[in-house]
Amino acid sequence: MDMELIRTLQGWGYVSMIFILTIGLYAYIYHLYKSQKSGIKDYEKYANLALNDEIDDCLVEGLYSQDEKKINRSVKNELAE
Amino acid sequence: MQSSNAINYDYTVAKYFTVATIVLGIVGMSVGVIIAFQLAFPELNNLAGEYGNFGRLRPLHTDAVAFGFTVSGIMATWYYIGQRVLKVSMAESKFLMFIGKLQFWLYIVTVAAVVVSLIMGITTSKEYAEFEWPIDIAIVVVWVLWGISIFGLIGIRREKVLYISIWYYIATFLGIAMLYLFNNMEVPTYFVAGVGKWYHSVSMYAGSNDAMVQWWYGHNAVAFAFTVPIIAMIYYFLPKESGQPVFSYKLSLLSFWGLMFVYLWAGGHHLLYSTVPDWVQTMGSIFSVVLILPSWGSAINMLLTMKGEWGQLKENPLVKFYVLASTFYMLSTLEGPIQAIKSVNALAHFTDWIPGHVHDGTLGWVGFMIIGALFHMAPRMFKKEIFSKKLIESQFWLQTTGIVLYFSSMWIAGITQGMMWRATDQYGNLTYSFIDTVEVLHPYWTLRAVGGLFYLIGVFMWAYNMYKTATSSRAIEKEPQYASPMA
Repeated sequence: MDMELIRTLQGWGYVSMIFILTIGLYAYIYHLYKSQKSGIKDYEKYANLALNDEIDDCLVEGLYSQDEKKINRSVKNELAE
Repeated sequence: MQSSNAINYDYTVAKYFTVATIVLGIVGMSVGVIIAFQLAFPELNNLAGEYGNFGRLRPLHTDAVAFGFTVSGIMATWYYIGQRVLKVSMAESKFLMFIGKLQFWLYIVTVAAVVVSLIMGITTSKEYAEFEWPIDIAIVVVWVLWGISIFGLIGIRREKVLYISIWYYIATFLGIAMLYLFNNMEVPTYFVAGVGKWYHSVSMYAGSNDAMVQWWYGHNAVAFAFTVPIIAMIYYFLPKESGQPVFSYKLSLLSFWGLMFVYLWAGGHHLLYSTVPDWVQTMGSIFSVVLILPSWGSAINMLLTMKGEWGQLKENPLVKFYVLASTFYMLSTLEGPIQAIKSVNALAHFTDWIPGHVHDGTLGWVGFMIIGALFHMAPRMFKKEIFSKKLIESQFWLQTTGIVLYFSSMWIAGITQGMMWRATDQYGNLTYSFIDTVEVLHPYWTLRAVGGLFYLIGVFMWAYNMYKTATSSRAIEKEPQYASPMA
C-alpha cells in the first residue's frame, strides 16, 4: 500500500468518524430530551441522589434482588390473569 | 434489599487519604514555592547541594501536587462519595475494606519511593512520567486495587442508578489506566542490554512517536487527574452543601460524553511547530477549541445550580470555594484553547504564560475544590463542627489573592517574554538577548513566588483548621443534611 493511499484512507476515516460521532452526539441529546418529555425516563430526579444520600434515605431507584424480581414477576402474572 | 438503621457509612479509608492529601499538599506546594523563589533568586539553588537545585525539585513539585495531593484528594472523596451515592457502607464488605486499606498503604510506600528516587536524581526524564519501571509497576497495582474498590462497591450497591459523579470516577480510573500503561512502556536497560543500573530504563518509543505518546499522556493527565475527578467532586459537593439539585442532570450527562470524546484528541497542541505531522498539530488545535463546549457545559451547570441561591455565597465560605473553583475552571478552559490556536501559540509557547495558565487551573480549580470538599467531609467524618469559619474566610481571601498574583504576573511576564523573543530590527536581527528578557521578567517572577507563598500559607491554615476540627472542635449530635456546621 503506497503512502498516498494511506493518507487518503486516513483522511476519509477521520472525516467519517467526525461525522458519525457528531450524529451520535446530537442523537443522544435528542434521546435525552425526548425521553424526559414523553415521560419514559425522568433524568432530573437523579439529581436527588446527591441530596438524599443518607444510608436510610429512600432509594431513587432501588436494585431488586433476584428473589424480589421473581416475586414481582409472579405478582404481575397474577394481576394479568 | 432494604437498608438498615444499624449500618453507618465507614470513613476509615477516606480519613487516611484525607491526611495524605493535606500532608502531600504541604510537601508539594512548599517545594513549589521554593522553586519559584529559585527562579527569581538563582543563588537559592545552592542551599542543599545537588539535592536542592531546581532540576531535582521541579519534578518533585509537579508529581507531589499531581500524584500526591490531587490523587489523594480523589481517593479521599471517592471513599466518601462512593458510599453515599451508592447507599452502601464499606463496613458491609470486609473484602472491600481490606482492599481500600491495602491500596492506601501501598500508595504511601510508592509515594515514599517516588520522593526518594526523584531527590536522588533517578528519573526517566519524561515530564509527569519520571518514575522508573519498578515504581510504575507499584503504581499499576495501586490503581488496580482502586478499580476493585470502585467496581466492588458498585457491585454491592443499593441504589440502582449511578450518580453522575460515579461516572466521572469510573472515567478517571479507566482514562489514567490507559494513559499510564501506554506512556510508560519502557525497556529495562540492565536486563535487556546489560547497561545502567537494574532500575534504569528507556522509552519503548523513539523520536517524534515518543513525543506524541508523551503529550497524548501529558495533556490527558490534565484531563483525567485535574479535570474529570474534580468535576466528580463538584457535582456532589456543590449541590450537597448548598441543598440545591444540579440545575440540569441531562446537561451533566451530555457534558460527560462530550468531554470524554473531545479531550483525548487535544494533546497535539503541546507539539505545535514541532516535527510531528501537521495534521496532528491541526487536530490538537481544533479539538482544544471544541473542548470549550463540554467544559463550559459542566461549569455553567454548576453556576446555574446556584440560581436564586446566590445569598449563600455571603453566608457559606465552602460555597465560595466551590463557586470560585467553577469560575476558575471556566477561565482556564477558555485560556487553554486560546493558547492552542496556532498563531497565539507562536507567541505563547515556552513562555511564562503557560505555567500561568496551568496554575489558575490547578490552584483555582483543583486546589479550591479539594480543599472545599475535605472541609465538607470533615464534620461528617469526625462528627464535629468545623473548628473556625473565620479561618476559612481568611484562607479563602489569602489564597484568592495568591492565585491572582500568580496568574496575572505570569500573563504579563509570558506575553512580554514572547514579544521580546520575536522582536527583530529592520535587518531581521533579534533585538534582545536572552539575558535582556531575564532582567525585565525578574519582578514578575518575584511576584509569582509571593503569590505562591500566599497560597501555601492558606494550605497551612486549612491543615490547622482540619486538625483542630478532628481533635478539639465541638461535637455535633446529628449529621447536617446540607450546609456544614462551623464555629
